[in-house]
Amino acid sequence: MPALEEKLVYGRPASLVDRPTHYCPGCGHGIIHKLLAQAIDELGVRERTILIAPVGCSVLAYYYLAVDGIEAAHGRAPAVATGLKRVLPDRVVISYQGDGDLLAIGMGETVHAANRGEKITVVFVNNAIYGMTGGQMAPTTLQAQRTKTSPYGRIPAEAGYPIRACELLNTLEAPYYIERCAVNTVKNTLRAKRAILKALRYQVEGKGYSFVEVLSMCPTGWGVEPREAAAWVGEAMVPWFPLGTLRDRGGEA
Amino acid sequence: MAERVLMKGNEVLGEAAIIAGCRFYFGYPITPQNEVPAYFAARMPKVGGTFIQAESEAAAINMVFGAAAAGARAMTSSSSPGISLKMEGISYLSGAELPAVVVNMMRGGPGLGNIAGAQGDYFQAVKGGGHGDYRCIVLAPASVQELADLTVKAFDLADEYRMVVMILGDGFVGQMSEPVVLPEPTGRTFDKSSWALTGAAGRETHLVASIRLNPEDALEKLNVHLQEKYRAVERREVLFEETQVGDAEYLIAGFGLSARIARSAVTTLRRAGVKAGLFRPITLWPFPSAELRRAAQGKRKVLVVEMNAGQMVEDVRLAVNGSVPVDFLGRLGGITPQVDEIVERVRSYAGA
Repeated sequence: MPALEEKLVYGRPASLVDRPTHYCPGCGHGIIHKLLAQAIDELGVRERTILIAPVGCSVLAYYYLAVDGIEAAHGRAPAVATGLKRVLPDRVVISYQGDGDLLAIGMGETVHAANRGEKITVVFVNNAIYGMTGGQMAPTTLQAQRTKTSPYGRIPAEAGYPIRACELLNTLEAPYYIERCAVNTVKNTLRAKRAILKALRYQVEGKGYSFVEVLSMCPTGWGVEPREAAAWVGEAMVPWFPLGTLRDRGGEA
Repeated sequence: MAERVLMKGNEVLGEAAIIAGCRFYFGYPITPQNEVPAYFAARMPKVGGTFIQAESEAAAINMVFGAAAAGARAMTSSSSPGISLKMEGISYLSGAELPAVVVNMMRGGPGLGNIAGAQGDYFQAVKGGGHGDYRCIVLAPASVQELADLTVKAFDLADEYRMVVMILGDGFVGQMSEPVVLPEPTGRTFDKSSWALTGAAGRETHLVASIRLNPEDALEKLNVHLQEKYRAVERREVLFEETQVGDAEYLIAGFGLSARIARSAVTTLRRAGVKAGLFRPITLWPFPSAELRRAAQGKRKVLVVEMNAGQMVEDVRLAVNGSVPVDFLGRLGGITPQVDEIVERVRSYAGA
């Protein structure tokens, strides 16, 4: 019998801080933070990364990633990212935003930073609800989805339709990479990991604006069990928000 | 002797900012300060700087937020309605203790108002405007030369105290052309390495934020710290100018263009044998309260002249605290006070 050898095959990414998060059980933010940390590690850019946290559940994201952090006003993260990146063009600037932040109050900043082709990476967490404030309707809330402020379900005639961020940004000339993924299954999570890595790599290479939308779970806001929430992403969200690469100017779609 | 050049206020402002080492300007067009973004758009590429025409005033101030967090000297400018939109960002900058220079070339309000120079934003600049207990250092130039000098000083003050410094010009000072000697750089440097975001290479991570949710890092603590800083600014940074105050029986107080008009009124009054003097606050915050109280001592009356419905007059009343009667003369909606009406008012006190 040869001696058994210990070999570490899976560990905590160095860029992920070892501390309990404030996120609810079944929430997708923890997974997405880890994917980000893995990508930062893989590219070896922890010491030159600046993370912008939005107003929303991930307002404290910088507590969980071992990188320089900054807190933006609600919706203004792409403008803050613009200021940072223009001063520090060789640093990696990540704007981490939720659906209310990115598509409601921050729609102007979102579209214009993308349109200028700012060489930043936007990670857009779409869970179809405002989590932090207790479950109100988001720009991405699905038709008929009940929330605190759409108690009879989202009625398109009154509240419009869920906005597709990737498709909207895909009408612009400047963005370099646009991808929608999800973290509801292992397979999707692995794809999301590759998408985030690619988005950051493009930034490191100075290619241009990269945008990764991640469909994510909010069991608390949706009022369901974690397992049910993961299933709902696939059954209800994916049909309206189809997964895939919308643009990859790097040509590796 | 440094060369005197004839320049428009808004362009001098741009050049003075570049002299001060500002290489990042973010703005949005609004009259009467459109010469500022146009100047930077032309000049920044020549000096290796960055000009961005932002999608909104809110975006512009948040680009300043990002650039300042990265350790750069950054500024934005606007006029009254646009400054209202920047108030959110100014509050966040103050909470996160980021240095920034914001210029307001005031126009007539409220609402869209008009595009003539006015002074209706004194309260907004000096008393807050945005949410929370914060202060901005507010500088009020009365000439193109002073605009140039105060712009250079503004960047040093912003860096020294990690505060927002607002240059509060009535629109006229931006539109006027006057001979000016461009200022020299002050040469002061500020070490930002303990807080600026540059990537955590070989050091602990930095965090720039105004959010304070943890009890161990309580919001009250931040506020107490801010207030201590503001008290230090009040002790050290007061600026004002006195003209013929010593033997005056009547003291006129005003800032910016109102003070220039009042200075002409003082000359006219003196010629007519009425002993008038002028007190001009240059820092509107910190307000020169103690200095004004001393200047007003023993005077028959203080007349405050403003291009608004009576804003700085409240700080004058607080400063003299009832020791001298205070009167007010204001013109509204972008109308300037006339020398004659100031002279008439003061003569009416004298019964002359």
